[in-house]
Amino acid sequence: MADRMTRETWLNAVLMVSLLAVPVIAVQLDEPFYANLASRVAILALAGVGLNLAIGLGGLVSFGHAAFFGLGGYVAGIAAFHALNYTPVLTWPVEISGTTSMPVIWLVALAISALAALVIGAFSLRTTGVYFIMITLAFAQMVYFMAISIPAYGGEDGLPIYVRNTFPGLDTYDTLTFFLLCYGALALGLLVYWRIAVSRFGAALSMARMNETRLATAGIAPFPVKLTGFVISAVLTGMAGALYADLNGFVGPSMLSWHRSGEIMIFVILGGVGRLFGPVAGAALFVLAEFFIGGLTDRWQLFLGLLLLGVVLFARGGLVGLIAGRARHD
Amino acid sequence: MTVALLIEQMLNGVQLGVMLFLMAAGLTLVFGVMGLINLAHGSLYMIGAFVCAVTASWSGSFWLGLFVGGLAAAGVGAVVEMVVIRRLYDRDHLDQVLATFALILILTEGTRWVFGDQPLWLDIPALLSGAVPLPGGGGYPVYRLAIIVIGLALALGLYLLIAKTRLGMRIRAGESDREMIAALGVDISLLYTVVFALGAALAGIAGALVGALQSVQIGMGEPVLILAFVVIVIGGIGSIKGALVGSVLVGLVDTLGRVFLPGLFKLILPASQATAVGSSLASMSIYLVMALVLIWRPQGLFPHHG
Repeated sequence: MADRMTRETWLNAVLMVSLLAVPVIAVQLDEPFYANLASRVAILALAGVGLNLAIGLGGLVSFGHAAFFGLGGYVAGIAAFHALNYTPVLTWPVEISGTTSMPVIWLVALAISALAALVIGAFSLRTTGVYFIMITLAFAQMVYFMAISIPAYGGEDGLPIYVRNTFPGLDTYDTLTFFLLCYGALALGLLVYWRIAVSRFGAALSMARMNETRLATAGIAPFPVKLTGFVISAVLTGMAGALYADLNGFVGPSMLSWHRSGEIMIFVILGGVGRLFGPVAGAALFVLAEFFIGGLTDRWQLFLGLLLLGVVLFARGGLVGLIAGRARHD
Repeated sequence: MTVALLIEQMLNGVQLGVMLFLMAAGLTLVFGVMGLINLAHGSLYMIGAFVCAVTASWSGSFWLGLFVGGLAAAGVGAVVEMVVIRRLYDRDHLDQVLATFALILILTEGTRWVFGDQPLWLDIPALLSGAVPLPGGGGYPVYRLAIIVIGLALALGLYLLIAKTRLGMRIRAGESDREMIAALGVDISLLYTVVFALGAALAGIAGALVGALQSVQIGMGEPVLILAFVVIVIGGIGSIKGALVGSVLVGLVDTLGRVFLPGLFKLILPASQATAVGSSLASMSIYLVMALVLIWRPQGLFPHHG
């Protein structure tokens, strides 16, 4: 047992260090493209860490996390849009103007994702199993169609972010600086996940997954535990969305589509459900596969599909499980 | 004219509903009998449409195309079941979601490989062209009426198959107690393949029928798939009756919402805002209905197995 734990710790360290090393070396070699690829991995991994909190700890299989990812993205896009036009976001009840300051945008993105998750979770958590999967999908679809039908923010075409948002004292246009921001956010997200996993709250959340009745018998109402877990999970994914919008300089309905929900779920399952670094491994493999197979053939989706199928059928426990052995509670 | 418009839109809603039922029946059957959640069902719809369009343009016969399209979807469904799906029955929904999501990627790209990137066009058969006059003026396309009739006939056929035949008895028994019917000498894995292929055939026929109304293109199955999921969740997963009620409800709400909601909002809002609010609410309406149904009855309208 101790041996396996060591192996997983080693694997985690290797992942974290190589994710940092690749862009640093790439920038040294004047290959900023690979640094941007690493930023993409870090951001998508953070979205996965968020979903992993819901699925891995709480057993809440949300098929609608694109809603939070997209909301985070739209916060960044809309704030920048108004800042650039010098028009207010809201005039009533209080006047709120746009901003290009990342810290402000992040706080708002976190708040909006939390609020959305509170509402969506309050309704969705009345159901379980397949019904939960489907109702979270339905809510995400509602947000998707809402985004499509607001012409002021680009509707179906989305909203370009012409100038990357700013961080006080930093040059966010510098590839390495922006990567380090994403990397820092991922590290923070992993810290949150780990801290929760080892806390009393995390134990309650895990018990909600394994046996709700037993949790209730222990004197803890399952519903607030699950709702809190769902909200924290959404907040991490929303933060990733805000960063993703700035990475691409664009936010559109595709960030909210159910394909995106599926992809975030893929990161989690591919890497290993409920494993701290599962989403990091999953997102890295996904982005690399997309990039390398995409460079070899136009039919990359076919091979990506085969790869995913292979992992589900033959490598239960995902990549981390494959390398470090099955989780203790599997 | 308003009456004619209302009748026309109601018929459109029913037609969409019947189409959705053909999709939803397969999904709900596979879930009810095997406990499997199949995201790749929309790909079978797409395959049916493509094979139908190509066969029809080669042979000149829509009906041959429809038959071959349904057959091809059933064939692909059977192969997929034997190669992949049967390994997933004992897995949790998470694995099923991911594996069938992977199947979507494979089948979509495979279809693109075989049939090319360009949308195909499928002509309405001569027998069903033209329109039927509606009371109050205007006309309604015969082809859409035919879809309603064909769909209802298939629904009836499915009901009779499940309620009255030996195969149907086995399917129902398989829903209730898998081990028991296996012990009674029924080849359970063959039964599962047949059920899966049956659902695939219905999806393929639906795709072929709709192919003559829209263009046949890559990815056409996905919006329909999501609608079909909404249908079976509203109806109660595993319930054929629920799927029928859910289909017609979703078909009507979606169609009527798109036509009438913008007009309704014009009564209380300025015209420009009314259109935006109305159309956005219309695209969300079925999801709102679904959320409301689940809040009211978390297991859907007709919960399966009590």
